[in-house]
Amino acid sequence: MGTDSRTRIWWALAGLVVCIYALVPVLWIVSLSFKTTDTITDGSFVPRSWTLDNYAQIFSLDLFTSALVNSIGIAIISTVLAVVIGTMAAYAIARLSFPGKKTLVGVSLLIAMFPQISLVSPLFDISRAVGLFDTWPGLILPYITFALPLAIYTLSAFFREIPWELEKAAKMDGATPLQAFREVIVPLAAPGVFTTAILVFIFCWNDFLFAISLTSTSASQTAPVAIANFTGASQFAEPTGSIAAAAVLLTIPIIIFVLLFQRRIVAGLTSGAVKG
Amino acid sequence: MTVQSRATAAERQQPSQGPTKAQRSDGKRDERRLGIMLAAPAAIIIVLVTAYPIGYAVWLSLQRYDLRFPAEQSFAGLANYGAVLSSSYWWQAFGVTMLITVVSVAIEFVLGLALALAMHRTLVARGLIRTVILIPYGIVTVVAAFSWQFAWTPGTGYLAALLPQGTAPLTDFGASLAIIIGAEVWKTTPFMALLLLAGLALVPEDMLKAAAMDGAGPWQRLTQIILPMMKPAILVALLFRTLDAFRVFDNIYILTNGANGTGSVSMLGYNNLFKAFNLGIGSAISVLIFISVAIIALIFIRLFGASAPGSENTGKR
Repeated sequence: MGTDSRTRIWWALAGLVVCIYALVPVLWIVSLSFKTTDTITDGSFVPRSWTLDNYAQIFSLDLFTSALVNSIGIAIISTVLAVVIGTMAAYAIARLSFPGKKTLVGVSLLIAMFPQISLVSPLFDISRAVGLFDTWPGLILPYITFALPLAIYTLSAFFREIPWELEKAAKMDGATPLQAFREVIVPLAAPGVFTTAILVFIFCWNDFLFAISLTSTSASQTAPVAIANFTGASQFAEPTGSIAAAAVLLTIPIIIFVLLFQRRIVAGLTSGAVKG
Repeated sequence: MTVQSRATAAERQQPSQGPTKAQRSDGKRDERRLGIMLAAPAAIIIVLVTAYPIGYAVWLSLQRYDLRFPAEQSFAGLANYGAVLSSSYWWQAFGVTMLITVVSVAIEFVLGLALALAMHRTLVARGLIRTVILIPYGIVTVVAAFSWQFAWTPGTGYLAALLPQGTAPLTDFGASLAIIIGAEVWKTTPFMALLLLAGLALVPEDMLKAAAMDGAGPWQRLTQIILPMMKPAILVALLFRTLDAFRVFDNIYILTNGANGTGSVSMLGYNNLFKAFNLGIGSAISVLIFISVAIIALIFIRLFGASAPGSENTGKR
């Protein structure tokens, strides 16, 4: 293994390139968020003078704080509902035979590939007619729908790995199918459910098209839309610093998820799409 | 799909378990009822939020319906489609969307494959690399788009600083498209790489060793063994990413807002709805985008034999 150390150096270099690739755009926005107003247009990658003013500024804006609350609330509620509904459906698809199963699988696949813009105009009209326009449920409903295929595929992939003999044993001990589901399968499936929840949360957190189309005020506008609409704290200030600071705040939950649950996210992403 | 084949296997086993005919059909009926109960919420919400609106969109697309003059709504037949398909805006947007889709998916595939091969083989910092590449995947597209926008803004950006004085890439059609494609590639290459990595794990190591023994070089092993063995994974990854790239919206909205003819079909549909307030035309564009996506999916499935995950014919693995 004499050439081993040389190959290790090559791999380390390749790894470094990958890290630079992934991190530079993120570090750049972090850098911008700490720049002072007079150095923000200096084009330097590292701030020449540091400040927290940009962060103080966005939190003084009702527009942003309410958008952050909307983003968090809508993403969490959508995630919980999508995962609960998706778990039920994925269990039924993976384990039970019932009429309409093939249709459900086919249709949810269709939605996974569906162009969201095609739903925007009818949903805009319908949600205004039924009073859901610019409300939390008006965004939560489409989020659940578009998260369901992801949830169903990821979960049914995880459900395949579960030792089903345990369910059979529970049934032999007199448990009903529902009890077997609740008492045996749910605890075993919890890691898969958790992984799915992360993926669904990232999806909801990320959405821009529905949020910008189906909201209009701070009642339900989410943070990505608020950032896109930033015009600066005063009419003379360029909003660059505020946008950068808000962007960093939106990235923090993603970084936390990635650092803590890297393995799960990779497993979830690949199991749903490839093992199928 | 394995879910399906497992389920049918379970069905096949069942008769041997049921002791009597009556009990068996009772259990079957219970199972059907439970299945329907569990699947019903998903089915209902899918019908309410997609199936019904799609039907409604088709109906809207046949109407003359301008939100500024709601009283003048009337049946227009295919006039909206005629208006869209004879408009240079649609074909400009369609061309831009196709260009972005084809170029970015092609680059992503090459980069993603290289990244997947590197991750498959690497001895150093495997966990670290898998962690950092999830950042582009997870980051909010709008955030990443702003990062690129500021980077290319003259004066502000570190990338614009590398360009000759006086160039503003985001005001130029070609440069804007290149930046949009770059932003798409940056964000989605990791996803492509992870899908390909999962496919790569299915290539038997022995076969590669045997081929190397027989004198096949790295390039031959890649094109003769690895890629053919990975074909199902490659097709699924390409199909997913192509359909995803075709609906490009966020990056364009932030980077150029469609200036200088850089708008995609999704931007066109959005602008028709929220700037021109024309629900009829907007819906016709929506339906046309839907049809385009369906055609792309059909091409992948029919021509290349991509087996969509979840469909019946994917059991061969």
